[in-house]
Amino acid sequence: MQKIFKKPQSMTKIPMRYCPGCGHAIVHRLIAEVIDEFDIKERTIGIAPVGCAVFLDEYLNCDMIQVAHGRCPAAATGMKRVRPDVIVFSYQGDGDLAAIGTAETIHAATRGENFTVIFINNAIYGMTGGQQAPTTMPKQKTTTSVYGRDPKIHGYPIKVCEMLSALDGPVYLERVALNKAANVLRAKRALKKAFRIQLDGLGFSLVEILSPCPTGWGLTPRKACEYVDEKMISYYPLGVYKDLTQKKPT
Amino acid sequence: MNKRKRLSPKSSKPKRSMLKTKYKTGERMLMKGNEALAEGAVRAGCRFFAGYPITPQNEIPEYLSWRLFEVGGTFIQAESEISAINMLFGASAVGARVMTSSSGCGISLKQEGISYMTAAELPCFYASVVRGGPGLGNISPAQSDYFQSTRGGAQGDYRVICLAPNSVQEMGNFPKLAYDLADKYRNPAMVLADGLLGQMMEPMGFTFDFIDVDKLPPKDYILTGCKNRKRRIINTLRMDSDRLEKFNWKLYEKYKRIKENEVRYEERYTDDADIIIVAYGTAARVSIDTLVRGREEGIKIGLIRPITLWPFPRKIINELASRVENFLVVEMSIGQLIEDVQLAVEGKAKIHFHGRPGGNVPTGEEVLKAVKQALK
Repeated sequence: MQKIFKKPQSMTKIPMRYCPGCGHAIVHRLIAEVIDEFDIKERTIGIAPVGCAVFLDEYLNCDMIQVAHGRCPAAATGMKRVRPDVIVFSYQGDGDLAAIGTAETIHAATRGENFTVIFINNAIYGMTGGQQAPTTMPKQKTTTSVYGRDPKIHGYPIKVCEMLSALDGPVYLERVALNKAANVLRAKRALKKAFRIQLDGLGFSLVEILSPCPTGWGLTPRKACEYVDEKMISYYPLGVYKDLTQKKPT
Repeated sequence: MNKRKRLSPKSSKPKRSMLKTKYKTGERMLMKGNEALAEGAVRAGCRFFAGYPITPQNEIPEYLSWRLFEVGGTFIQAESEISAINMLFGASAVGARVMTSSSGCGISLKQEGISYMTAAELPCFYASVVRGGPGLGNISPAQSDYFQSTRGGAQGDYRVICLAPNSVQEMGNFPKLAYDLADKYRNPAMVLADGLLGQMMEPMGFTFDFIDVDKLPPKDYILTGCKNRKRRIINTLRMDSDRLEKFNWKLYEKYKRIKENEVRYEERYTDDADIIIVAYGTAARVSIDTLVRGREEGIKIGLIRPITLWPFPRKIINELASRVENFLVVEMSIGQLIEDVQLAVEGKAKIHFHGRPGGNVPTGEEVLKAVKQALK
């Protein structure tokens, strides 16, 4: 009998400790599948962030490094400039990428560094217990905005893909979501494209993934997926925000 | 008519091989401290630099911005000091000899990254060309970042090897020593200079040959992709307290080895001294003048110049304190080095202090006055 669905080789056997319904586990698997499909496990270095996904290095079966909060794009720049042949991806949450590491993100993008950023947007600080993130939406309740985010008090959230698309440096920016099977498959296609761009040496690619955080949001896994569908996607529209691969690289 | 002979562009163009090594070993030349440090780093194998402009160290990134390209290295002007040190974190993790430089206010921002590198046991080399502080302070030479350099300002039980040059010659030599120590112990190592050492020009010559980076010993901990080997992980998170304690004790053992083996200092005329000046860097340079002036007048002055500020030359000072009654600490601050001298002397001798903070450099005469005052 032929096995048609199995664990990707680029994943370890360690069981994941994420909450039920969390998006991290899905994205980890998608990354592992992409690494397997390109057969680049032996030349890939992954960067684990600070936050729930700090344990990414336990789950992916390739060389891994964990970097200070927000600084993944800087470390990735260092690695990629010294060893252009390795494939480097950074895995970052919204607090990491769009709050403390905003400068690193923007400048790595505008320099057009040739690595891939996987940006998990769940509109909340998951590991520290559900505080307001730079991507928390207006009216969304968090432990540091208990009456809901009020732009008059807390300011507006950052729309990362929209912001980065104004720069000349990035080659590919796409926002996807994990709320249903069809979107998960779209997410994988986006990840694959981002890795392809790096393999071809074209430059900076970022995939923003709207990801459910049932625990942080105080919702059941099913309700969390509905929340992504109803609340998040309308505020953070899905789609390709920049794609220079159609043009000839100059 | 006396026509000046013009070199044709072709003949003035250096050969490719010469471009790489640039200066012959031992060749004497006039060089600026910051540039000697930068060229010394390149000769010692630096192939990655990331930094952010700050006076009085700007000649270092300016020099490296073109020099590193000649040797196939990378120069990045980062968006901040924080980003620069984390670029080093990545570049060191994949095996390069890396470098950054700044002044105290920038080193403050790099401290977090330095703590991470000690936790990840990654080597790196950085230079601090100190200016007056605190705050924005000024851009004149100072030694007010002794604590920042020897104690560190970031989280955790960690230490950084700290070398203090007092001449342009040593500015050129110490990058190699720093890289060798950093690689040997897998720990960051730094050069602590000041605005005067960075800006002044002196005759110097490189005492070591241009290093072929491909011939450096291979590192078995770096990330290259897990081809034909088990995968490697560099992680500074040790959630289990027993695991972290074990790692802390491992660092303790490492730092103990460094303290036992890597203490460096310069000793002058201590045999018959009635008073010993303890000073490093520019203050030590001035104190040599004091020593000569004093000896001419029959005052028996000796000098201990710590070259490694950490590990501190504690033993020699402690031994001298058993037979010399007076110590004078000279530094360009309100008193930081003096605390290490107090710890080393263990109350066995009197410790006097002469400090010039704020970007002022003491003169030899001025220090001699302080010596006479101390001996009264």
